[in-house]
Amino acid sequence: MDRSNPVTKILRGLALLAIGLFFLFPLFWVALMSFQTNEQILRIPPSIVFEPTLSNYWALISGRLVSTAGVLEIKFMGNLWNSVFLSTTSVALALILGVPAAYAFARFRFRLSEDIAFTLLSFRFAPPLLVLLPLSLYFQDIGLTDTYVGLIWVYQLIALPLILWIVRGYFEDISPDIEHAYRIDGHSWWKTFTKIALPLARPGIAAAALLSFIFCWNNFIFALILASAGKQPVTVGALAFVTASGIQYGQIAAAVILSILPTLLLALYAQRYLVEGLSLGAVKG
Amino acid sequence: MAELNLTAVDKIYQSRGKPPVHAVRSVDMAIGDGEIVGLLGSSGCGKTSTLRMIAGFEDVSRGEIRLGSRVLNELAPAERGVAMAFEGYALYPPLTVRDNVGFALLRARTPKAEIERRVAEIASLLEIGDILDRYPPTISAGQQQRTSLARALIRRADLSLLDEPMSQLEPQLRAILRARIKDFLIEHKMTTVFVTHDQTEALALADRIAVMEGGVLQQFAAPADLKERPANLFVASFIGEPPMNIMAGEIAGQEIVIRTVQGEKAFTLPAQAGDRPGEIRVGIRPHRVRVGEGPLKGQVVSNQWLGDQTHLGIEVEGVLLVAVTDGTLNIGIGEAVPVALPGDALHLFDAASGAALRHGEVSAA
Ligand SMILES: Nc1ncnc2c1ncn2[C@@H]1O[C@H](COP(=O)(O)OP(=O)(O)O)[C@@H](O)[C@H]1O
Ligand SMILES: [Mg+2]
Repeated sequence: MDRSNPVTKILRGLALLAIGLFFLFPLFWVALMSFQTNEQILRIPPSIVFEPTLSNYWALISGRLVSTAGVLEIKFMGNLWNSVFLSTTSVALALILGVPAAYAFARFRFRLSEDIAFTLLSFRFAPPLLVLLPLSLYFQDIGLTDTYVGLIWVYQLIALPLILWIVRGYFEDISPDIEHAYRIDGHSWWKTFTKIALPLARPGIAAAALLSFIFCWNNFIFALILASAGKQPVTVGALAFVTASGIQYGQIAAAVILSILPTLLLALYAQRYLVEGLSLGAVKG
Repeated sequence: MAELNLTAVDKIYQSRGKPPVHAVRSVDMAIGDGEIVGLLGSSGCGKTSTLRMIAGFEDVSRGEIRLGSRVLNELAPAERGVAMAFEGYALYPPLTVRDNVGFALLRARTPKAEIERRVAEIASLLEIGDILDRYPPTISAGQQQRTSLARALIRRADLSLLDEPMSQLEPQLRAILRARIKDFLIEHKMTTVFVTHDQTEALALADRIAVMEGGVLQQFAAPADLKERPANLFVASFIGEPPMNIMAGEIAGQEIVIRTVQGEKAFTLPAQAGDRPGEIRVGIRPHRVRVGEGPLKGQVVSNQWLGDQTHLGIEVEGVLLVAVTDGTLNIGIGEAVPVALPGDALHLFDAASGAALRHGEVSAA
């Protein structure tokens, strides 16, 4: 870093700026749109000078979508809450199940362990529809269609393999002798797991939890098929903005901003754990 | 404090898809209360496996391990009352050196002032007083190793297991610490088993040394016994620097006939009344080869002055021997010297089994 001359510094700065613009400009544009009415958005030529309005957000929060064709009831805030609830509980459940399982796969070689771990991973590359069709039939039979429990269960297909495989790698990187040293000093197996193994794998657990939260949050197809309006998350709920009288760009933009806010805040918060995770080299025995 | 008994202990590693590894074979060892024992052997001979079975990180495949009156086999590591310093240090990265060392005492509800006193004591013993507030990833391998050693010693457990505790230290420090650790172990009457592949360390630190090879305990004896009465060819050639000269030969009547590498008769040595005829190996330590007088004709092939002793390579009537003498010897390469192999310095081994037959004039049986 220190040996670079001013020219490469400037070039690097420009490259970073270009990348930043490329990724952030759409977000910036959507944020601007969310403060404009549909007419302002669709005017030609487009302009970034406009009188900001909160009407889009207000429509979302009050649940009343006023358009030229009349008033439409939408449940956006309910969808948002569904997303938060479904993603959080799914990740929590996946952590409770997946972290001890990851530890077991990392530390013990038992019969079929590799096969079980691989089967779990294979859920990730099977096309969701393949799973969904039989599943929706079964769910109807046992009464899990359109329930939170059913959705959280299906979301495990997304969250559990991710958590299992990422966290397992972190556990494998911790020398078993660190745990042995703790155990021989008079501590039980369980205390060793909670006091030594879990804290050392924390960056990996945080990364895996964040990733699977985002994957759950962005899921569309499971909720579309297995849940009705009352239980649907924002990804499916956003379909409501495509109305008979046209597409409500302003409200869609506001909805997008509201729906990426939780993941964005979470990512910013988890960032320090992720960075910690990158310097994991220090953890290895 | 307690004695440790290993009875017919085996370790067989089973991993699926691979042939089983028989790492420890029927090892018997009785270690007294407060005794310091060195496990000595080349890499892969089963030293660490033996320690790990005693600590409880590996199952005992066969046999029994007792500490005092308790059978350890089925006890969890936490219940064994054993302290261990690991080959790979195994320090907790998020804790400072001070906390790493003092950690084990917290568990025993030792008062804070007492912990501080003992950490300070062990830190000055092992020369880590200046790094107590550093974190393990930021200190050198030698410092990590001493921290790991301190963490084991501070507990003054019934039994301390030290796996290659000084392998990363520079020679001067190693020599100083050896003496200090020995004093510490004796002062606190700590039963100790330490692993090493450095014979100087084993000889200096241990009351008794267990020599292992290929998972088999070859000999378990005091350092002087290992040198003067090696149980077999392996121990004879493993212990001692430079290694013992080993010659092939045969007992025929009143004579020991020594042969050259090519199998021709080289020279003879007098046999003893009890010697039974047969194929043997004859050993003599380089220090015991007498140079400058004697019945055998030698020719010098190399001469190295090592500062306090001279290593000579001498071809004695077709057999190459190494001799060590104190002081300088002004013998040029190619010169002839008379050589003697004193009868009381000879070790006789059975050629087939390698077992010792006699040491000097004394039968090994
Ligand atoms: N977990 C294991 N699984 C299979 N084989 C092992 C395992 N640990 C050690 N071994 C084998 O057992 C033998 C003895 O190893 P070890 O006790 O570590 O030797 P040492 O400490 O004397 O160098 C070696 O051949 C080694 O490869
Ligand atoms: Mg070893």
